[in-house]
Amino acid sequence: MIEGAKWRRWVYFYIPLGGFLIWLLFPFYWMLITTVRPDGELYRPWNAPNYTPFWTSNPTFEHISYLFTETLFATWLWNTMVIALAATAISLVCGVFAGYALSRLKFPFAGSLGTMIFVTYLVPQTLLFIPLADIIRNFRIGDSPWALILTYPTFLIPFCTWLMMGYFKAIPKELEECARIDGASRWQAMVYIILPVAVPGILSAGIFAFTLSWNEFIYALVFLSSPQEKTVPVGVVSELIRGDVFFWGPLMAGALLGSIPVAIAYSFFVEHYVSGLTGSVKG
Amino acid sequence: MATMQAGSGAPRPRTRLLEDERWLAFFLLMPTLILLGLFIAYPFAKGILLSVTNTRVGVPGDYVGLAIFEKIWNDGIFREAAWNTILYTAVTTVFKLALGLWLALLLNRHFRGKAFIRAFILLPFIIPTVLSTFAWKWMFDPTFSVLNWMLREIGVIDQRINWLGDPDLAMGCIIAVNVWRGVPFFAITLLAGLQTISPELHEAAAIDGANARQRFIHVTWPLLLPVTMVVVLFSVIQTFADFQLVYVLTEGGPANATHLFATYAYQIGVRTGLLSEGAAISLAMFPVLFLVVIFQLLYIRRVETR
Repeated sequence: MIEGAKWRRWVYFYIPLGGFLIWLLFPFYWMLITTVRPDGELYRPWNAPNYTPFWTSNPTFEHISYLFTETLFATWLWNTMVIALAATAISLVCGVFAGYALSRLKFPFAGSLGTMIFVTYLVPQTLLFIPLADIIRNFRIGDSPWALILTYPTFLIPFCTWLMMGYFKAIPKELEECARIDGASRWQAMVYIILPVAVPGILSAGIFAFTLSWNEFIYALVFLSSPQEKTVPVGVVSELIRGDVFFWGPLMAGALLGSIPVAIAYSFFVEHYVSGLTGSVKG
Repeated sequence: MATMQAGSGAPRPRTRLLEDERWLAFFLLMPTLILLGLFIAYPFAKGILLSVTNTRVGVPGDYVGLAIFEKIWNDGIFREAAWNTILYTAVTTVFKLALGLWLALLLNRHFRGKAFIRAFILLPFIIPTVLSTFAWKWMFDPTFSVLNWMLREIGVIDQRINWLGDPDLAMGCIIAVNVWRGVPFFAITLLAGLQTISPELHEAAAIDGANARQRFIHVTWPLLLPVTMVVVLFSVIQTFADFQLVYVLTEGGPANATHLFATYAYQIGVRTGLLSEGAAISLAMFPVLFLVVIFQLLYIRRVETR
């Protein structure tokens, strides 16, 4: 804690931290309050005398029920969940395997393969989406969940591999050697000895991959076209805006409800997420 | 090895193959290489092929050499998008680093509820960007803006501010939202870096008479520099290739004033259907990304071998 007078603690600590918190969290409060605000209150101009921004005396669930009865929001939630889980599962299997191979096995070109995977980690989705859309069409998986389940791993695997390499490197070699002396095959040593020890790393990679898939936008925007195939971010953008008319109540309700699954997953695994996040840049 | 096999009986051929380190590595890397090959390497090659032809949606193109690149080079909107991207990346990175470092230093102290606050602070980073950006768009709404209301309440304005309607203001708004979204990432990763610095170093410096500012400049900052570099480079790549924020807030408007490479590529390649131009605009990001990646590889190697 800061030494010295009380006012110093306020000026150098509480006030700046409070400022950061308000700034970082206000938009979420604004989402919440807009979600439960009736339309009559919502569309009061900024300089109206009865503009009551921070609370509402007549909370309503009309926007949420609109979302579930008049739009395909429930379908989008389901699609996003399926795609995020499937892409995460694929990426975890690939990432764990590749991470194990690159950190524990000796083979030709191991170093350059590791570098290659690291470089793909840095390839942004926006670099390749136009040719990739063409390829997706040619493979006849456009406008289906497979378009995303198979392409999301391209930005998740490198990350998972990178993170798992760090974890595997920290596990002592002797552990595996003991198992091998007792007669386990390499495969058995990996599956029964090393993987259980690496579970925290796998959880970190998994939770991180899940939030990234839930967040992905441009592939979903370009590869999907039917309303019933869309994910939450794309559905909210394309189906809740008609021309220039924004349905702000349902939009904010959609933003809020679409964020809840990630927020829940995150809240259960905060520590794993943070170690994944910091591991992702340390390697 | 021989005695062990004799003891456990002859293994099946498949298992024996997996006993060889090189074959096992091959099998383990196979799925990754197939996926990355199909959906990274192949589209990359295809993107280059597209950009030297004049393909449109449904119209296979002919080889035209570098004509497409020449065309986009002479395109005023493309030049503006390039300039916007550089400005956007540079300004947001400076702010994200400064504010992120400040927040990390605040969080590095001991206080009650620290874990709780740290968890909340990451929310802007984990909530899907498109969804949180809509909350900002609603706050920037010309008629119903809560920001205008606040500014009027404290007596700063009496005319409304049309946040996203003015080219310069719109760019400022996009930068502000990007900083808002990126600060938690900087803060949490830099905090992890700060926590690896031994408190004894600070105590030693304090005993030698260094004040807080001197301790930061001579102890904290040099030790934090490697983490900072990596975080900045990651952020630069993500920001340079950003799409979602601009797509939601302005779609590149007003009057194409806020396009970035990615949003302009989308506009031309997907909306207008000029696949070759779109692919070429995307690929125009490559030289800068390539330099950053090379720099990062060299830097990481240097740090690792030290």
